[in-house]
Amino acid sequence: MSPSDTRPPTLIPTNGLVFLGVLAAVAVLVPLLNLATSPDAAVHVPTYVVSLLGKYLTYALLALSVDLIWGYVGILSLGQGAFFALGGYAMGMYLMRQIGTRGVYGDPMLPDFMVFLNWKELPWFWYGFDLFPFALVMVLLAPGLLALVFGWFAFRSRVTGVYLSIITQAMTFALLLAFFRNDMGFGGNNGLTDFKDILGFNIQSDGTRAVLFFLSALALGLGYVLCRFLVRSHFGKVLIAIRDAETRVRFTGYRAENYKLVAFVVSAMLAGIAGALYVPQVGIINPSEFSPANSIEIIVWVAVGGRGTLVGAALGAVLVNYAKTYFTSGFLAPYWLFMLGGLFVAVTLFLPKGIVGTFYDWREKRRPSPDALGEPLPEPKPAE
Amino acid sequence: MTATDTLDPPVAAGEGAAKKTLTEALLYLDGVTVTFDGFRALNALSFTIDPGEMRAIIGPNGAGKTTMMDVITGKTRPDKGDVFFDGGTTDLTKLDETQIATLGIGRKFQKPTVFESHTVLDNLRLALKGQRRALPNIFRRETAAARERIDEIFETIKLTEHRGRLGGALSHGQKQWLEIGMLLAQDPRLLLVDEPVAGMTDAETAQTAELLRAINANGHSVVVVEHDMTFVRDLGVRVMCLHEGSVLAEGTLDQVSANERVIEVYLGR
Repeated sequence: MSPSDTRPPTLIPTNGLVFLGVLAAVAVLVPLLNLATSPDAAVHVPTYVVSLLGKYLTYALLALSVDLIWGYVGILSLGQGAFFALGGYAMGMYLMRQIGTRGVYGDPMLPDFMVFLNWKELPWFWYGFDLFPFALVMVLLAPGLLALVFGWFAFRSRVTGVYLSIITQAMTFALLLAFFRNDMGFGGNNGLTDFKDILGFNIQSDGTRAVLFFLSALALGLGYVLCRFLVRSHFGKVLIAIRDAETRVRFTGYRAENYKLVAFVVSAMLAGIAGALYVPQVGIINPSEFSPANSIEIIVWVAVGGRGTLVGAALGAVLVNYAKTYFTSGFLAPYWLFMLGGLFVAVTLFLPKGIVGTFYDWREKRRPSPDALGEPLPEPKPAE
Repeated sequence: MTATDTLDPPVAAGEGAAKKTLTEALLYLDGVTVTFDGFRALNALSFTIDPGEMRAIIGPNGAGKTTMMDVITGKTRPDKGDVFFDGGTTDLTKLDETQIATLGIGRKFQKPTVFESHTVLDNLRLALKGQRRALPNIFRRETAAARERIDEIFETIKLTEHRGRLGGALSHGQKQWLEIGMLLAQDPRLLLVDEPVAGMTDAETAQTAELLRAINANGHSVVVVEHDMTFVRDLGVRVMCLHEGSVLAEGTLDQVSANERVIEVYLGR
């Protein structure tokens, strides 16, 4: 018996240190090379690239949130995009209120789309969004509450597997339809856009974009540390136990539904933060973010990177989105969705543990004595 | 569910059945009936388990042994009948699995069920009696007392040198022991053990009998369902034979195995 096996696994394992190190370097270098170099310099990073990479980082955080529940609890949510979009809308509402009289219609209170719809008053649910702290609270609260209510009913009724996946999909689709309606008061089809500034800083300026980029990297890093903290705690061990043998967990005296609910709410809030950072960098939020296809794409990112590894989820999000940017801007553009689907099939068939999971396996094989305290990686079950 | 007619005990109670009153029994089943799609899995099943008792249950496939465990642990609700725990103080038919587990009824499944991607040590940590609520467990630290208790259990189930391995990497017999160890860690008052020696070698079977006797000697009540008659003999406890959802015979192993009906439906001539 080696003495090491009674020690709890470290908060940040080696792969996490590499991940956080690279992330920190990117967080500093990208804004620096954008702001401190002249546009003609070879090392200059153009502003559009800063925003593009910033968008990838918010996607990585979103993927992390999915990995927390899919990789560690076995909840295959096909509606995670809904939480991302709600966080995004909360931020978008703040940004709309900041426009003030600079809108096309110049109304000091009402966003343009409300003036256009001939509304006379700000709806009650828009109150408070002129205040940044209020908007920040709503970024967490709106997705968190939806997850709490939805999860409470679903987990208590012991809805699992494909059935849970289907109702999460239905949830995001219902929200898609609702947000499309003009009389919902969220800008209908067009969503929220034409943002001017955030906390008084011009949202288009290089400086603001650099700060938003840095904050996205910071959120991703902190999100990773939070997820690691959760999954290595006693709470996290119960989550993994639920994934592997839920009945056993119940007979051991744990309320599996409460554990799932906590994980689901935390995951929804992380997705909400990702959405809130996404919107100012992309400049628009509209109902298409609720579309079921978006949520399914997130699952592909996590599967490609490696389910149940956290780092893999972030990596998968960046890689797949880089590929998406690359291929949708060339002559291959019409075939992107086929490629995405093909990628998912190929990964499921040939790399069932994703890039990072396969790498771990390869490393394990080279090592004489396997370290059982590493990341547990069972064969992924597609329906769970 | 109110008390069914307790004045009318089932005829099939068998010879020598010492049926205790409600207040004396740790576990009390009376007239429990469970029907699945017209099939009577349990048919007015009645028996009691005393505090500190160990009982072996035998019976052919489909006799209702696993359904009986499902009813006691809250997995299946009976259509009719009473299930009481702890001298009649608790009605188990009103509780769910988690509440019943918390009350002190632990269960080992027929198919060994351990947490395969956790280490053997973590399996015991998860099972160890203690905080079960989600939020406090985020910040839980392992106490020295907990570590000592886990070491004790490792001694009992003889898996000390395997503590760092993954649960899924254990052999079948080792998984069975780990699951018994997890039950011990829960420190239940009543252990329900479903086929603990299925797939074990003779040596392992003998060790398991010894292990269960030690657990019982420690004050835990134990109900063992098993087909292996050598093992049941090793246990040396009161035996109950189930058939078609009710008790066919009860007594010592010799009494039960001499019973004509038992020979007919289960043991064979």
